Amino acid sequence: MSKGAYVGRFIAVTGAAALALTGCSGAQETGGGTADGDAAEGGEVTIEFSQWWEPELPDGEFRALMDQFEEENPGITVELLSGPYASTKEQVVAGAAAGTMSDVVGLDGAWVSDFAQQGAIADLSALMEEVGYDDSELASQVQIDGATYMIPVVNFVYPMFTNDTLLAEAGVTAPPATRTEFAEAAAAVTTGDTYGWVLPLSLEAPNGIQNDVMSWVWASGGSMLEDGQPALVDNPDVASATEFVQGMWEDGVIAPGSFTMKEQDKVEEFTNGRVGMMIDSLAHVNLIRESNPDLQFSISAIPAEDGYEDERGIPYASWGIGVAENSEHQEEAFKLVEFLMSESVNSELSSIANAFPGNVGSVPDFVEEDELFGTAFEIYQSGFPANEFTGLPVAEQLMRDFGEEFQRALDGQQSMEDALAAAQTKWEQEF
Amino acid sequence: MSQITRPPEDTPVLAAPVRVSEASGRGRSISRFKQRLTPYGFLTPTGVLLVILMVTPIIMVISYSLLDGVITNKNPAFVGFENYAEVLTNPVFFDAVRNTLVFTVSSVVVHFAIGLAFALMLNSPLLGDRIKGLFRVLYILPWLFTVAIVAVLWRLLLSPNGVVNYLLGAFGVTDGQTEWLASTSTALAAVTFINIWSGYPFFMISLLAGLQGIPRELYEAARVDGAGAFKQFRHVTLPQLRPIIISMALLDFIWTTQQFALIWMTTGGGPIAATEVLSTFTYKLAFTRYDFSVASAAAVLVLLMSMVLAFFYVRHQKARD
Repeated sequence: MSKGAYVGRFIAVTGAAALALTGCSGAQETGGGTADGDAAEGGEVTIEFSQWWEPELPDGEFRALMDQFEEENPGITVELLSGPYASTKEQVVAGAAAGTMSDVVGLDGAWVSDFAQQGAIADLSALMEEVGYDDSELASQVQIDGATYMIPVVNFVYPMFTNDTLLAEAGVTAPPATRTEFAEAAAAVTTGDTYGWVLPLSLEAPNGIQNDVMSWVWASGGSMLEDGQPALVDNPDVASATEFVQGMWEDGVIAPGSFTMKEQDKVEEFTNGRVGMMIDSLAHVNLIRESNPDLQFSISAIPAEDGYEDERGIPYASWGIGVAENSEHQEEAFKLVEFLMSESVNSELSSIANAFPGNVGSVPDFVEEDELFGTAFEIYQSGFPANEFTGLPVAEQLMRDFGEEFQRALDGQQSMEDALAAAQTKWEQEF
Repeated sequence: MSQITRPPEDTPVLAAPVRVSEASGRGRSISRFKQRLTPYGFLTPTGVLLVILMVTPIIMVISYSLLDGVITNKNPAFVGFENYAEVLTNPVFFDAVRNTLVFTVSSVVVHFAIGLAFALMLNSPLLGDRIKGLFRVLYILPWLFTVAIVAVLWRLLLSPNGVVNYLLGAFGVTDGQTEWLASTSTALAAVTFINIWSGYPFFMISLLAGLQGIPRELYEAARVDGAGAFKQFRHVTLPQLRPIIISMALLDFIWTTQQFALIWMTTGGGPIAATEVLSTFTYKLAFTRYDFSVASAAAVLVLLMSMVLAFFYVRHQKARD
């Protein structure tokens, strides 16, 4: 074969095979770089704000808040870079890697540790001190090594939803308050067509571990960490909660399909009246009402261990906010953070998002207008927001690691004790 | 008629012709050079695109695979083949290789069988044109759906409360409670079935085109020699379709090994690692562990495996030419 033929063959083989590599590496190229804040021209500063919030809010509402900010802060223009949660995450990851992160970024607590270690997001404690901001109004802050990197703007709590009709038909007159009551109610509701509880354990979106499994630990005041390190082994709180879930599984009171079920499937099962109880975000109340207006349901605190009387942890997810470390306009960027965290604006934002405010003084409208949200707000205030995955390194991977071992235990491939030990080993490697 | 002009006697006789021949020689060599360059000129835009879109990403991914903590670390260190060792000592990687092989081989074989059966049906003189047109539309429908639609559709159909369980339960085939995508014993078969459903039209259309190109005379000659339907199929149809079958099979093999979206959107690689394939394994390394270096090493290993297939594909294409 001639040299040219060899070269031709090499190019053809490489080209055809490149399909494979682009298939695997394509996702890395997505997201696209977000330009840094535009340089000031004639005193004008444009700051970029990338987040997934705008598409999840009623049309034009979030932009209206930004217009209000621009009016109150002449010379600062906010350019919103909005997208769905997943693509925002990819965009932020790519921006952090390339050093082109937007000036202000919407953050999930699960991302914070990685971005902070990467040096992609700014130390907000230092910024607050620099501009003289009083942080006593903030309900919570996500800190790494004592420094704040994310401020939760609004919080979506995950209480227990109960289908009143199904429970009443099964002879259960009040939402269960303890694990024993919950197990009894679940067994009573389970008939073959309906199930007591729904447990999403999909490995694609493994947040079921956080919201539907670990929530049982937090509701009884337990913790999965000790001094910031994994503590899954020899931890009676984690052991009792996971054994409780395993018991429910073995009793057959959990709706089938758990291993690939995602949050939206869980909501659908509940909305269609096929399960009696679920732990879910308050953000889905309106969706459930719109999808099934006839469904009678209530909200209550997640049941705790029998005899537990202290404050209950309630899982939550946040729309967090941070500032890019390499932003040329950190001062202006923090003005936007201040604006969103101010009492009135935070009330307005939490009202339109059906979420609970990140400012301690804010009260969203729906709490007074809607009985269900009012109840949820009482639960929120009587307990404490608990989400130990927030701020942990590769939090999503930790959930997935735990989820795999947990699935093996439920599938009968190993004991729950072994599952916790295996998850502990995997977690220690990530820490 | 011709006219010869003699040069004046004092004019050097050879001077002028030499200059003419030098000029024309230079002109010819420039013209030959231009001629040689022209094809490269036409190839340049493609070459530039190949370099930007193919060669550069490949080189970047290969270089990432030799560094530690690339992208998340501002100053990644060169670690040689450590990332490859990490991938090759991870038992999940071998689960993913095995699942990828099962998923791919099953998909390609059944794609071929169903594609050929439907193509033969659509090429049969026994059916009228209207019936053929109707079936052609019906059979090609799965190919028109995007992967996201296919995934959502089959997640609903195969849900424990879905239509498939209802029908199987109603006819007494199963108890109607099978967790097709959520059980470790059925999940890989279920996603393979979905992939087969969504991919067979590609084979069908290609084979139908091939069938329509087989000369009638070959069948007539076979009939004259006493060949029945099966022998005609074996000795005429299959040999005539052979080049298309090999090309399609190799391409399908390469594409199916890279299937990501369908598996990610239906099972996420679970339950446990029952449907973990190379693409989901690589994705998780990159986007949930942010370990882009190890993910790049896994991607390069996939590239090498695909290159073997690509080599056979190119050799086959070259042999055809």
